Amino acid sequence: MDELDRRIINYLQGDFPIDNSPYQIIAQKLDISEDELLKRLDHLLENRTLTRFGPMYDIQKLGGSFSLCAIRVPANRFEEVTQIINSFPEVAHNYERDHDFNMWYVLATESLAQIDITNQSIEDKTGLKVYNMPKIQEFFVGLHFQA
Amino acid sequence: MTLDKKKNMDDLDRKIIAATQSGLPLVKEPYQAIAQQLNIEPELLMQHMRAMLKTGQIRRIGAVPNHYKLGYTANAMSVWNVPDDKIYELGQQLGALSFVSHCYERPRFLPEWPYNLFAMLHGKSKDEVAEKVQEVVTLLGEHCAGYELLYSKQILKKTGLRLKEPSPK
Repeated sequence: MDELDRRIINYLQGDFPIDNSPYQIIAQKLDISEDELLKRLDHLLENRTLTRFGPMYDIQKLGGSFSLCAIRVPANRFEEVTQIINSFPEVAHNYERDHDFNMWYVLATESLAQIDITNQSIEDKTGLKVYNMPKIQEFFVGLHFQA
Repeated sequence: MTLDKKKNMDDLDRKIIAATQSGLPLVKEPYQAIAQQLNIEPELLMQHMRAMLKTGQIRRIGAVPNHYKLGYTANAMSVWNVPDDKIYELGQQLGALSFVSHCYERPRFLPEWPYNLFAMLHGKSKDEVAEKVQEVVTLLGEHCAGYELLYSKQILKKTGLRLKEPSPK
């Protein structure tokens, strides 16, 4: 990754135009050719420096529901409980964290009601209390990593 | 997950999402390429995408860096206990910091979980994250009644969120 790659990454964390020739617009701003920009982007995606390039959709605004949930899992049941939680297709992510609240998963469902139904089912199967922590307000979501 | 029955999305929006959720094509006229694939006029595609940007259904169009590849290997979920009547102001300030990627208000569960403000912090080392935590402590000042850092130990599951193609009627 060289200086130009860094400039491209930093620049493209802003807003990409919706226009007939959007790459041309960005290339001009970066003072490089359109071909060079396309080649660089292809390479950055290829080597996984970028995980994605394109529109970021807000699933919640499209009608789906999300929630972050936490459980305190006793150490001797960690593997068993992981298997139970991960078996639910509604569980999109699940992380072990260094805390008494040691399991944190994200539910993604088609409706708000399904969040509660899924958590009830998880409580029934694990016998553990689920702490459902859906967002109340969003202050910021984004990535402004300096490359 | 499938969202094919949601009212606030029309069929074309759904097709556009399905065609672009893995990314924009790296060709000189990417919107034309997608429009061709969907068999619609490029102008119609661009109109719909501009409308989705305006409503926030599209958050933004751009690049998502792999933060591990950029050297951000220390990633902590920081949780803060701040007064409810100050949370809007403090949340805005916290979310504006360059090392915060997500910032939300979430419910407390008293007494065992007193934290209502969540922020994901990213740094190139745990020491760097610790410095950033001090910045947040300074920022919140007397309004902070306590905080904790929860570093991730292990990813137990991570699946992409994928919309299904609309089913033919």
